[in-house]
Amino acid sequence: MIVADAKPLLEVRGLAAKVAGVEILKGIDLVVRAGEVHAIMGPNGSGKSTLAKALAGHPAYEVTAGSATFDGRDLLALAPEERARAGLFLGFQYPVEVPGVANSQFLRLAYNTIQGARGKDELDPLEFDDFVRERMKLLDMDPAFLDRSVNEGFSGGEKKRNEILQMALLEPRLAFLDETDSGLDIDALRIVANGVNRLLRPDNAVVLVTHYQRLLNLIVPDYVHVMDGGRIVRTGDRELALELEARGYDWLQAKAA
Amino acid sequence: MATATAFLESLLAAPPAGGAHGWLGELRRAALERAHSLTLPTTREEDWRFTDLSSLYQLAFRPAAPGPALAPAAIGARLAPEAGARLVFVDGRYAPALSRPVAEGGTLVLDLGAAVASQPAPVRERLGRIADDARDAFAAINAAHLADGAVVLARGGSAPAAPIQLLFLATQPEVAVHPRVLVVAEPGAALELLECYESLADGVYCTNAVTEIAVAAGASVRHVRVQRESETAYHLATCAVRLERDASYAAVSVALGARLSRFNLNVAQAGPGASVELDGLALIGGRQLADTHSFIDHAAPHGASRQLHKCVAAGQAHTVFNGRILVRPGAQLTNSAQQSRNLLLSRRAHVDTKPQLEIFADDVKCAHGATVGQLEAEELFYLRSRGLAEQAARRLLTYGFAAEVVERIRIASIAGSLRDAVLAQTAPEEGQ
Repeated sequence: MIVADAKPLLEVRGLAAKVAGVEILKGIDLVVRAGEVHAIMGPNGSGKSTLAKALAGHPAYEVTAGSATFDGRDLLALAPEERARAGLFLGFQYPVEVPGVANSQFLRLAYNTIQGARGKDELDPLEFDDFVRERMKLLDMDPAFLDRSVNEGFSGGEKKRNEILQMALLEPRLAFLDETDSGLDIDALRIVANGVNRLLRPDNAVVLVTHYQRLLNLIVPDYVHVMDGGRIVRTGDRELALELEARGYDWLQAKAA
Repeated sequence: MATATAFLESLLAAPPAGGAHGWLGELRRAALERAHSLTLPTTREEDWRFTDLSSLYQLAFRPAAPGPALAPAAIGARLAPEAGARLVFVDGRYAPALSRPVAEGGTLVLDLGAAVASQPAPVRERLGRIADDARDAFAAINAAHLADGAVVLARGGSAPAAPIQLLFLATQPEVAVHPRVLVVAEPGAALELLECYESLADGVYCTNAVTEIAVAAGASVRHVRVQRESETAYHLATCAVRLERDASYAAVSVALGARLSRFNLNVAQAGPGASVELDGLALIGGRQLADTHSFIDHAAPHGASRQLHKCVAAGQAHTVFNGRILVRPGAQLTNSAQQSRNLLLSRRAHVDTKPQLEIFADDVKCAHGATVGQLEAEELFYLRSRGLAEQAARRLLTYGFAAEVVERIRIASIAGSLRDAVLAQTAPEEGQ
């Protein structure tokens, strides 16, 4: 939802980043305002995931130029946990398995840390259990996932639901969802999309990194960006996603080259 | 070596007098002879390269005196409420007042004396036949002391029972005790064994244990072994397991205690289609040493084995893992996977890990890997991206690293108390 005069949550200017010495991002400009849904599309290797990880502060991604401001703060000066506490959330393309750590334990620790950073009350294990079960219903998740180790042995779809569950618990200002739709069957996709839609508010925003138009039928973007070669080469509205679905990326790449 | 001789003599000074059963006395006499003829291991031997017993050899131990009569309340925290049958040994001696043997039914749980009296045939057939002490001085010393012990005989077709707890408690310093366990799972039987070594007092003592487990065709044994000896004690132990056709054995072994511990886990797949899962955790600090030597002997085709051994060393602790896997020429279609993962919590901690694969069959799948060192960077970033401070994330991952093995234990009370122990041990140390 585009809101007139909404203030920018995220302002990225000329962002360049390297991974293992190779420059992947070559100057990204992106402004996301409260209330908006953005989609970032583009061929494999165009830098979509790199952008998400660089903004979340992954230590392997070295920012070499440009700036990123989040809610008025210099995002790039913050440690990953400080970015999370400021309200930035990364939904991982490949959620990490953490053997030996119960999902419930992890979720409560994360929730209480974020609550503490916001000056709000923490929940004890019993209170949290009620709260998390409520949020799990939103995603049609079996409460048995609370007792299992974080993501360990989860199917691809279960891992993605667990990501959105974390988003639902942490209530970020801005969620970057990196290919949350990949690996989901159509039912799971609908459940996850419904979950995301119900979390959308005028004061937060979502950036969807995706390859597929089908997600954008369920979560309707206000803006669609196409990345190629480490840059955003085209920005449009949802019609652009439909055009990409019909024509592929070649015509844009030819134009950019 | 004069001191080692004095040590050995102290251990062999007072073996028990010959029992009523001639064959048992003969077994002890033969073992005593072997013990006298065998030399004690030193670091010059490949199998003991990393584990120096010379501090042990400078000590002399005496046989345990009859221990204090313990009230059940004094050992309550060490008892697993899930257990059905239970045998408790105090300083090596059977404590009937604390025990709950089972003398009738499909699964018998008896002290060695009662088992020899009521079930002589299966005990005689197996005792001392699964653990080979021909070249193992400590196992021979154990056999020379055969007196009290635990015997579990499970027949097939009986309903799976509650876990059986064998609890070996140490209360006296300066004594050597020689616990002995024999488990026989007859064809088709299923049982779960919980074997615990605990101490009620700090002190320098020596536990020298031998456990023998026979798993007959189609039988399955789950085995949880917890070693929480005094941190000044010595713990030397061998567990020998023999599996027949389609038998399965799944073990979780946790070593937390002892100044120095050595655990030999020898598993032989004698029949085809046998399956073995070994999970191990050594979690130590201070100046402790924990050594695990496992040996999986694939001697028949279609066998499967999976092993995960984890070591966490804090302080100046030293962990040793030697994981030998032998696939004999006839053991075609063996599928074996071994992982050794090690975490050092301080700069002065030390890990030695050595996979040892010997493969003589050509149509097999064998995978192994070893890692030493750091927490996974991706896991760390994942937790930090959820707001956890780096230190909190490291602590949680360290906990999880060790707890992964604990989570494989299905006995809730034991898993719970081990989780607490892991939490206490994985707190970040000062000055890292």
